Amino acid sequence: MAACCASTLLRVRGLSVAYDGDRQANLALHQLDLDINRREIVGILGESGSGKSTLGLAMLGLLPSKARIEGSICFEDKDLLQADESAWRQVRGDKIAMIFQEPGLSLSPVMRIGDQVTEVIRAHHKGTKAQQKQAVEAALRESGFSDVDRIYRAYPYQLSGGELHRVVIAQALVCRPSLMIADEPTRSVDATLQVEVVKTLRDIQRKLGLGLIFITHNPALLAGFADRVVVMYAGRIVEQGPVEALFRKPLHPYTKGLLQLVSRTPPHSGYVRQERLPAIPGNLTGSDNWTRACAFEPRCFARTELCRRESPVEIETEGTRRVSCFNYGI
Amino acid sequence: MKFLERRLVHAILLLIGASALCFLFSTLAPGGYFDEMKLNPQISPGTVAALRSQYELDRPLPVRYEHWVQSVLRGEWGYSFAYNLPVRSLVVVRARNTLLLTSLAMALAWLIAVPLGVWSASRAGRWEDRLSTAGTSLLLSVPELVVALGLLYFAIHTHALPVGGMVSADHDTLGPWGRARDLAAHLVIPVTTLVLASLPILIRHVRASVVEVLQAPFIQAARGHGVGRTSIRFRYALPAAANPLISLFGLSVAGLLSGSLLVEVIVGWPGLGPLLLEACLSRDFYVVVGVVMMSTLFMILGSLLADVMLVIADPRVRMDNV
Amino acid sequence: MGSEAAAKRALGPALMKAHRLNKRYIQRTPFSRKKFVIDALVDVEIDIAPGCISALVGESSSGKSTLASCLAMSEKADSGEIWFEGQEITGWNDRQFAPLRPRIQLVFQDSAGALNPRFSAAQVIEEPLEVQNRESGAKLRRRACEVMEEVGLSADWADRSPLEFSGGQRQRLAIGRAITLKPALLILDESLSGLDLSTQAQILNLLLDLKSTHALTYLLISHDLSLVGQIADFVGVMHHGRLVEFGPMQQVLGSPQHDETRKLLASAGGVESAYRAAQAGGRA
Repeated sequence: MAACCASTLLRVRGLSVAYDGDRQANLALHQLDLDINRREIVGILGESGSGKSTLGLAMLGLLPSKARIEGSICFEDKDLLQADESAWRQVRGDKIAMIFQEPGLSLSPVMRIGDQVTEVIRAHHKGTKAQQKQAVEAALRESGFSDVDRIYRAYPYQLSGGELHRVVIAQALVCRPSLMIADEPTRSVDATLQVEVVKTLRDIQRKLGLGLIFITHNPALLAGFADRVVVMYAGRIVEQGPVEALFRKPLHPYTKGLLQLVSRTPPHSGYVRQERLPAIPGNLTGSDNWTRACAFEPRCFARTELCRRESPVEIETEGTRRVSCFNYGI
Repeated sequence: MKFLERRLVHAILLLIGASALCFLFSTLAPGGYFDEMKLNPQISPGTVAALRSQYELDRPLPVRYEHWVQSVLRGEWGYSFAYNLPVRSLVVVRARNTLLLTSLAMALAWLIAVPLGVWSASRAGRWEDRLSTAGTSLLLSVPELVVALGLLYFAIHTHALPVGGMVSADHDTLGPWGRARDLAAHLVIPVTTLVLASLPILIRHVRASVVEVLQAPFIQAARGHGVGRTSIRFRYALPAAANPLISLFGLSVAGLLSGSLLVEVIVGWPGLGPLLLEACLSRDFYVVVGVVMMSTLFMILGSLLADVMLVIADPRVRMDNV
Repeated sequence: MGSEAAAKRALGPALMKAHRLNKRYIQRTPFSRKKFVIDALVDVEIDIAPGCISALVGESSSGKSTLASCLAMSEKADSGEIWFEGQEITGWNDRQFAPLRPRIQLVFQDSAGALNPRFSAAQVIEEPLEVQNRESGAKLRRRACEVMEEVGLSADWADRSPLEFSGGQRQRLAIGRAITLKPALLILDESLSGLDLSTQAQILNLLLDLKSTHALTYLLISHDLSLVGQIADFVGVMHHGRLVEFGPMQQVLGSPQHDETRKLLASAGGVESAYRAAQAGGRA
């Protein structure tokens, strides 16, 4: 399942993103290094405030102009962060495509579905009108629609939640990008639909051989789906590795806590009334991101004096696994 | 077609109500058409009484109303005392002149306001937007009257444009091209005044509507797909922002006959404005009612147009087979 | 069955009862004679036991939220009866219901939409107290700060707008506002959807604490079976407007009787069972 050829599709180095907030400056990403390989499904796991969405937006140049960005994102031998707006527009939707949260809100309410998917091709001037229509219909079929004609003519309000999810997936794949980023596509959606969306994405990734980045806060969605998992906290990567190894034996205390939230709850643990639920104590605060020591330390069960003084360095272990913790594996 | 049936019934009720109220208020206003004649010692009271009786001014209100309705159904709309003509022929000619002026002004105003508003919205918060907002505020604070007078002053002093009226004295002697040019020259001042008067409100509404839509997630999603700036503004933002603008458009249409009164009077444009003013001052009763009814009719049409356009433009309002 | 009924009886009379509730929505289109009929509730009967957590599960548009609105008296059912604390409140208008309203409080899914953005956090909590004329002035402010601390928010944030809060903090604020008037029944309509897993767990723990401190009864509406399966005492399954199954949680989710329940359980296990396979050692 992992990339058979070791060619890297996207290489992020030293990415830092900061905003000037109302009360304090907000450090969304801190010196991030990440590789995405061809045909690889990478799951980015983290809470709100971990910077995962910022990472996705940075890869498409969609951060607001007031964001201060440092570092590099190398894609097809070019540093995207040095690109100007017109170069970005050529990449977006065509080479790298994004699936946003809440498909109901990601579509214009007054345009037909067919037109909205066609707009993506039109933006990149691909082919005649007839060819574009064919491509759109093919994309809709690949996303799992059988009655393509009805969907083509429909307006968003006429479609169910599941159908809307498929439409935004069709928009993302219509130009055959090499990398797709799905930013929490299943938040607030019920379990049946979550499974459907994940299955559709997996099928498409296999069929088209894309790289796929799946951003989520729920580890359960990545099992049996992602090849590699990258765990983020407070704007940093705290652990990454192949999905089975990471889930079987999480090394970072945060990953452990996160996985317990799933493993100690039904249906894994049976339907039993609890008096107290397992939870990671404390909360991520804005100031945590700026700390020079370990950002997770205030909430960590394995913390030591060293964690309060210094920031952990990334260590490679057990082959391709990486973790940033002084006390990993406890 | 329940919808249209309902609107038709509403329209008729509105017209009846408006005409009845108009009758009532006109009668309540002191004075009558022949009052000045009464003051004239050379005309006997008997003559005045006879004239009043001839024009039915001594009959009770409901009877006059009934006769007026019959006259409307006959196509005359009552009778003008001053002009000695059925009101309809009078009003139609004047209304045509007014419509020429106002529809031209409205078209120009919208054609300028929409792109300007969209552009201003896309630059929200930046210096271009602030400049345009300051400009519209300035325009808003200057009364129509002042703008019209200012343009007239300019016309008088530079002799660049004709001052007042719709056509020159020698209009009929000119060839078709000359006639068109003459009309155009006379249109400049009133149309400019009307456009400048309505621009600020239009621009602000377009801007406000589009600014709100530009914050919507689907706009960012479109950007994320690589859609270009112009496409986003005119294929994504503007259609989604159209609802309040369509209502505004309906209001513009509704005001086509009533919005230009002041300008017409100042500039001397032979439209409904001066007619109405004259009729009010001289108590030319049926003319007043006729003009008011015509304006009311336009209001009804304008509002109906807006509703129909809304249903066409916004698929969510239609709710067809799902 | 007998012992279960006896156990239920031991809890005391139901806090809230609904008998044969029906609600239908009719939509007309402006230009044609067609109309759409949606049966949101069909002959729904439900008992909410005092001091317990009752949950309603089902797919979207199964009628769970409509039922919640009808029980919270923010919508009127077309037919049927509703009883609260032994009194029949069917068809009561706002004025009649006003004295009872503090006893039933509602917490929504989207607090960003439900809380007035112009209010500060403290004002959000003060408002219901002011409306009910319970406190005023400095005492009002103090009470608001107490409530904030109780739900896990720092009183330093009292003057901040709810929009500055994170999703989890906003839900805490909404819960704080709801418990301010010391209700008997708290209806939580998908209040935990869309939150991070860790935030969900923390807020669930908060709800459990509040329940014992304030002797509350909860009606929890959720599509998330794993959430419901941790804290609910009773579970009701809704499908196309009907309550197809209702009973003690372990019974309904452990040995489901209805197809819909089985279907929901299968989906809940869908992604998770693959997860379990990965945990066991990597066959996907």
